[in-house]
Amino acid sequence: MEIGNVRPYIYPDIELDREEGQVIEDLKANSQPVIPDPDKWLEEELPQNILLTSVDALINWGRRSSLWPAICFPACCAFELIAANGPRFDLARFGMEILRASPRQADLMITAGTLTWKMAPNVRRIYNQMAEPKWVIAMGACGISGGIFASASYAVVPGYNHIIPVDVYVPGCPPRPEALIYGIQMLQKKIAKRRNLTLGKG
Amino acid sequence: MTVALSGKEIASQLEEKLPESIIESGQDYLVVKNESLLAVAAFLKDTRDLDFDYLNFITAVDYYDHFEVVYRLSSLEHNHSLVMKTRCAERENPVLPSVIGLWQGADFQEREIYDLMGIRFEGHPNMKRIFLWEGFAGHPLRKDFR
Repeated sequence: MEIGNVRPYIYPDIELDREEGQVIEDLKANSQPVIPDPDKWLEEELPQNILLTSVDALINWGRRSSLWPAICFPACCAFELIAANGPRFDLARFGMEILRASPRQADLMITAGTLTWKMAPNVRRIYNQMAEPKWVIAMGACGISGGIFASASYAVVPGYNHIIPVDVYVPGCPPRPEALIYGIQMLQKKIAKRRNLTLGKG
Repeated sequence: MTVALSGKEIASQLEEKLPESIIESGQDYLVVKNESLLAVAAFLKDTRDLDFDYLNFITAVDYYDHFEVVYRLSSLEHNHSLVMKTRCAERENPVLPSVIGLWQGADFQEREIYDLMGIRFEGHPNMKRIFLWEGFAGHPLRKDFR
C-alpha cells in the first residue's frame, strides 16, 4: 500500500545548526580581550572641565532662564501674551513659555488685563499661592494704572500695584508682543542682579 | 426675518381682555401699567396667535423722573417680536413684579438691573447683586450716581 503526501520533516536541516555554531565560534574568537570601562576618560578629563562661579551667578542664571508664568489673564492683553507665546514671536526662545495652570509651579505673574475689584481678591490669592521667589510684570495700561477705566470706573482697580508688588511695567494698550518680551528681558536683567546669600551672624 | 408686530394692534386686543392696562402704544412698542405687567405678559405668552415664548432681553433706562424697563419678546413659532415697556416713578425703592415665572431667562437680567439700576423685582427667588459685590454703595448705571 502506497502512502501519498508524506508530511515533510518539520525540524530544520543540520546546515542551519552549523551556521549558528559558526556565528558563536566567530564571536568567541573576537571576544577574547576585555572591553575597557567607557567612562574611564572622565577621570582624566574631569579636572580640566570644572568651572568655578559664584552661587549668585548660578542661581540667578537658573531662575531667570526658566521664568514660568502663572495663568492669570483677566482681560484682553492676554491675546498679545498668547501671540507672544505662539510661533511668530516664540517666547520659548527665552525659556519662559510654559504657562503653569497651578500658581504653585509658577514664579512670574503677567497681569494681562483690566482688574475689577470683584476679581482682585482672587488675583491676590493666586499671587499668595505662588512660591518664592516670585515676580510680577504689570502688562498694559490697565495693569499699570487702570488705563481708560482709571478715572471713570467704580469697579476697576487703578493699577495692580494697589494689591501686589510689581517689578516691571510694560506700557501699551495692549503692548505688542515685542514690548512684552522686552519687559521680560528687563526682568531677567533685574533678576541677574539679585543677591541670594546673606552673611548671617547666627 | 422676524416681523415686528404693531404695538397699536396688540394694544387694541388687550383693551378688550384687560381694560386699562395700557398706558401708551406705538408702532413697535406698548407701555404697560405696573400692576397689570404680569397679566399682560401672561396674555402675550399664552395667547395662541401671539405665543411670545422667548424673552430676548430685559433692560432698564433712567429718565430722571422715572425708570423705564424694556422687555423684548419673540415668538419662535410665528417668528415675530414685540417690545413691552413699563414705567416706575419711584426712585428711592422702585419695585416691579418679576417675570421669572413666565420666562426663566429673566433670572440673571433682573439681577443685573437690580445691581446696576436699583430696581427690585418682587417674586424673584434670588434678588441680589450679580456683578458688584455685596455692600457696594449705590447703583452705578443711575444717571445721578456720583
